[in-house]
Amino acid sequence: MARDMSDKDILKMELEQLQKEVKNTREPVSKTAKEICEWVEAQSAEDPLIKGVPEDKNPFREKGGCIIT
Amino acid sequence: MCDQTFLAITFGPCDNCSQNKPLMNIYLKNEPINYCSLCVELMACQGLAKGETIHTLKAESETLKTKLEEERAKLHDVELHQVAEKIEALGQFVMKTRRTLKGHGNKVLCVDWCRDKRRIVSSSQDGKVIVWDAYTTNKEHAVTMPCTWVMACAYAPSGCAVACGGLDNKCSVYPLSLDKNENLAAKKKSVAMHTNYLSSCSFTNSDMQILTSSGDGTCALWDVESGQLLQSFHGHSADVLSLNLAPSETGNTFVSGGCDKKANVWDMRSGQNVQSFETHESDINSVKYYPSGDAFATGSDDATCRLYDLRADREVAIYSKESIIFGASSVDFSLSGRLLFAGYNDYTINVWDVLKGTRVAILFGHENRVSTVRVSPDGTAFCSGSWDNTLRIWA
Repeated sequence: MARDMSDKDILKMELEQLQKEVKNTREPVSKTAKEICEWVEAQSAEDPLIKGVPEDKNPFREKGGCIIT
Repeated sequence: MCDQTFLAITFGPCDNCSQNKPLMNIYLKNEPINYCSLCVELMACQGLAKGETIHTLKAESETLKTKLEEERAKLHDVELHQVAEKIEALGQFVMKTRRTLKGHGNKVLCVDWCRDKRRIVSSSQDGKVIVWDAYTTNKEHAVTMPCTWVMACAYAPSGCAVACGGLDNKCSVYPLSLDKNENLAAKKKSVAMHTNYLSSCSFTNSDMQILTSSGDGTCALWDVESGQLLQSFHGHSADVLSLNLAPSETGNTFVSGGCDKKANVWDMRSGQNVQSFETHESDINSVKYYPSGDAFATGSDDATCRLYDLRADREVAIYSKESIIFGASSVDFSLSGRLLFAGYNDYTINVWDVLKGTRVAILFGHENRVSTVRVSPDGTAFCSGSWDNTLRIWA
């Protein structure tokens, strides 16, 4: 557990981790950012918090009348 | 917390080398011994390979970190908000409190939605875990835990059980029964055992496994039925405060954030830390995967929220304003990932446009720190829990 490890052990752990990470493959931000934007735009049409929900369909509208579940 | 230690210097023969020198009074395996400072250094160096000292390890660590930053910077050819310039801006936001759930006797610490989109489980400092029907605000179940500060709670995917834990260092699973008179505490199952407080827990895709994170610096995967530890995840150098599983389509990984300012991405099967990000300036209180699984957001005590892209292996956006000086305690995305809801210690919830990096709304209403924010499974509303003892549903 981290609290029981000496500073030396923690540093060793971090060092091994960094050595592994330097070898990771990466993609350019221009490509990944574009993909994120495209994904969001495709999904935004269906996002209730963005397009809004008509009051009569919103289960959280102000209470009034009966709800039959 | 202040720890004052007074070192009294004695002078005399060292227990190890027998030379007359100023002695350091130290304890080895509970036995007091007197070594001179040279012998203490030599002893501390045992276990290091030849030529290795704390200094060389640190220096090597720094060089690797710089190299990692250079590799990442090479691919940083554009900013997210620049790519997002062509996207239409969001309209005016009208979101208000639709329900206020009152009933907890003390600070609400954690909240989770059931997959049926209407039930919510919440846990509080007073030791109570309550299951609510968000549409009617009725309380369906209430359990009293044997400890206070129940910092973590989670709904099982089937909706038939809840898991919770906190200062008891354990994660316990309570099956929910339809019989209101049944004593839920009697059916409790202790699943996880850590050596420090439980900060967060989450069921994996089934009711059979639970992932936990703890103040002892580790995360762990447990089998619910047997209570057996299936995998443990070491890599944080301080308390782990939050974890989040990747959306099911994208595979077996999860992200964790902690007091060491790091956010780590782990492979659940191998227990390996595959990616690590350290750009926050203070404790990371909350981590949440982006709905597509290619990125995650964090909320931190340094008053910023940040977005990290997993494929580009770097931070791609910071959500902050000079006027926001209080830490962000909890973050969550809307269904499409266009909005980021973040609860802050200044009692507000800020809504950010993820792509453009701008704030689209501030929500007021809570009378104390917002400790947790969760969007419902179908994205129609989100729930916030606060130190003012209430939960609010916003839509």
